[in-house]
Amino acid sequence: MNAIYSLIAVFILIALVLLGIGGAGLYYVFGVIIPYVAIVFFLAGFVYRVLKWAKAPVPFRITTTCGQQKSLPWIKNNELENPSTGLSVIGRMLLEVLFFRSLFRNTKTELKDGPKVVYSLNNWLWLGGLAFHWSFLIIIVRHFRFFTEPVPAFISIIEKLDSFFQVGLPIIYATDAIILAAVSFLVLRRIMDSRMRYISLNADFFPLFLILSIAVTGVWMRYFGKVDVIGIKELAIGLFTFNPVVPEGIGVFFFIHLFLVSVLIAYFPFSKLMHMGGVFLSPTRNLANNNRMKRHINPWNPKVKFHTYEEYEDEFREVMRDAGMPLDKK
Amino acid sequence: MPEDQMKPEELFQIDYKPPGKGWMETKPDIRRGKINWAAVPKSVEYLDLPNPRKWSPLDKDWKLPDNWKEIILEGMRERIHKFRTFQVFMDICVRCGACADKCHFFIGSGDPKNMPVLRAELLRAVYRKEFTLAGKLMGKMAGARDLTEDVLKEWFFYFFQCTECRRCSVFCPYGIDTAEITMMGRELLSLVGLEIDWVTTPIANCFRTGNHLGIQPHGFQDSIDFAVDDFKDLTGIKVEAPVNKKGAEILFIVPSADYFADPHYYGLLGYMALFHEIGLDYTYSSYASEGGNFGLFHSNQAMKRLNSKIYMEAERLGVKWIIGGECGHMWRVINQYMDTMNGPADFLEVPKSPITGTVFENTKATKMVHICEFTADLIKNDKLKLDKSRNDQWRVTFHDSCNPARAMGIIEEPRYVINSCCNHFFEMPENCIKEQTFCCGGGAGLGTDENMEMRMRGGLPRANAVKYVHDKYGVNVLTCMCAIDKAVLPALMDYWVPGVQVGAVHELVGNALVMKGEKEDRTDMRGEPFIGKETAKDV
Ligand code: SF4
Ligand code: SF4
Repeated sequence: MNAIYSLIAVFILIALVLLGIGGAGLYYVFGVIIPYVAIVFFLAGFVYRVLKWAKAPVPFRITTTCGQQKSLPWIKNNELENPSTGLSVIGRMLLEVLFFRSLFRNTKTELKDGPKVVYSLNNWLWLGGLAFHWSFLIIIVRHFRFFTEPVPAFISIIEKLDSFFQVGLPIIYATDAIILAAVSFLVLRRIMDSRMRYISLNADFFPLFLILSIAVTGVWMRYFGKVDVIGIKELAIGLFTFNPVVPEGIGVFFFIHLFLVSVLIAYFPFSKLMHMGGVFLSPTRNLANNNRMKRHINPWNPKVKFHTYEEYEDEFREVMRDAGMPLDKK
Repeated sequence: MPEDQMKPEELFQIDYKPPGKGWMETKPDIRRGKINWAAVPKSVEYLDLPNPRKWSPLDKDWKLPDNWKEIILEGMRERIHKFRTFQVFMDICVRCGACADKCHFFIGSGDPKNMPVLRAELLRAVYRKEFTLAGKLMGKMAGARDLTEDVLKEWFFYFFQCTECRRCSVFCPYGIDTAEITMMGRELLSLVGLEIDWVTTPIANCFRTGNHLGIQPHGFQDSIDFAVDDFKDLTGIKVEAPVNKKGAEILFIVPSADYFADPHYYGLLGYMALFHEIGLDYTYSSYASEGGNFGLFHSNQAMKRLNSKIYMEAERLGVKWIIGGECGHMWRVINQYMDTMNGPADFLEVPKSPITGTVFENTKATKMVHICEFTADLIKNDKLKLDKSRNDQWRVTFHDSCNPARAMGIIEEPRYVINSCCNHFFEMPENCIKEQTFCCGGGAGLGTDENMEMRMRGGLPRANAVKYVHDKYGVNVLTCMCAIDKAVLPALMDYWVPGVQVGAVHELVGNALVMKGEKEDRTDMRGEPFIGKETAKDV
């Protein structure tokens, strides 16, 4: 059900462009105003959310340790899974952010007769997630060729690498194929697996469908539809240099693509997509497990009622004396 | 027939397929076997906690205060501002499902709300409704849910079906720790008087008498004296075990079960053997006679109130540093909370083993050393005479307790100690040990009789891994270093893997230790003769 609602929402968005551009000819609105508004939403929202998290204190250092602690010098500790210094934490975070270390551990649990509980490594989610995120990132970087003139060398290099497995013309980027496959996998996984379907919300399907539509329109424009690349670049550079112009003759496909991107980035800070920022702020991962070496301060360390030894002895003095136990007050 | 008397084969019929109806529309199956009794009013009152009254989770009316909703929402607001964990974990879950089948309660019950992600969604849905724009505007479309009495009951049911073991957190790509969310949930529930007895009464007891069964000082002294006598009977050696001794070098803190329950007790005898043999100058404390901290299962305040005793007592007795015994959640509190809550312990010295001279640099702030770290160092430095064959009656495996594994990382020390003390050690499969270890099913206050069905279900993954090594290698003892494990694993073993005993790491040490002056026919810590040393009358 949630999948259908989300799909409908994306169709409505596309219909809006068709009406706005095709019907009303609101080129400036869709080509300039909405993208600017979206960027403002994105930047302001992102900063607001991250600051809000950062403002909340971290009262306790509750690292989740996934390996041997640092203790006696002759016991080999696992610095990356159980970091004891800030530097190792950076290592741990890099593994997490760049390679999805934790997801790589994923296992699948099954019950067999016996009775037996069996766990097997299951890296499909890791692979799909990694493929999706990396290809998305590379595609975003590649898009900077539209915003820059001349195109910086590193973008050209990335494009070269991306088209490494090239056969024939036009150049086909590996990432285009990968992102379509990966997003489709992520969508299908949520729909086909009954447990995933059970936990998925609209907010889980909507961004997937949105990204899928963005990828499809992008791929369409690049390989099939005839769009005016010169015009698009003119518009992009205009936006980038705060000199917006909307050249004529850019097809409606482009506006659909641009509008969906705008929606995605405007929606970003208000959604689970903020995991991009949050992953860096997760206290179970970004703190060293060095509590016994280094004191951690809780800024709101509460005043609580203690039960002191004095009160304790006052209550039990007689029995303690009878048992021959040492007393502070005789 | 009560569910807790279901046969293992019946209990094993678990279906991982969720029901057709959405989770917001399904109500929990609140019944005996799956719940814990409510806290008695006396304990709630003793701790000055809100809404003391007699009530039962099986009743329809839970006798909440009239303004319960206001209290909960205010409590949420407060915690959102106080805990970055809470805020970040509410916001960034992508429902990727990686944590779903990592929880022992899900594996053993198939109840979808025991998937960590849904356990957290129970709170998250209300968070969305009350604290996010999308949730306010779009309601259920945005995954938001009104806080009703039914929702609150569901919180109670599922936050007391999480043992705060943190296994899910290991697998989550963002480290989302459902244990932390459960802790928030339990703090909130406590604000309106929804407490369970096996959390709140131990806290009250601990607060008053120093230990969670409420044993008074003379009772504590008696237990220690009894152990000293018992030890003499077993080995012929009279050991010193001072209590409340001012000026001792080391304060030794153990979980209280070590001196009143078995198999914990055999570990206590093991400590006694060890400390006697190396001539350690140490003392127990009756005031701080509990290392285990049930406050961890209740609220950060309760945790702090109980934990304070350790440093206060160390200061009063004038010791130099502290050793802590075998306990799981106690060590989470010591490793991750103690110094922050009740430090700095600048009246103590950086721990230095008086026997080997090793300085425990890793504890230079908190000044408290784990007994397995201490013993491992002794063995490494060749200070103990150990006869491994004295444990030949055992084929041993080791259960990593959740907290030492995932909130500390003390993984190799106990293995080193065990391997130095016995000839036959076998690891369970790798997905079930170390950081991926499975809970005993009865942690975090859930180890009660009325909760037996859930314990057997939650303990299934652990028990099943033991069964594997039992069938394959003939393992007959499951060692561990946690008081709750030792209390709840025996029932779990009897149910799923009959024939496997539960033991302490230091029980093996006590057995293997060759002591000066021991009598010819000394026995192991359980009073059994060593293999090959049986006399005619034993055989
Ligand atoms: S693994 Fe983490 S992000 Fe994924 S569903 Fe579980 S809590 Fe959410
Ligand atoms: S902390 Fe443990 S018991 Fe709680 S949800 Fe996670 S895996 Fe389950």
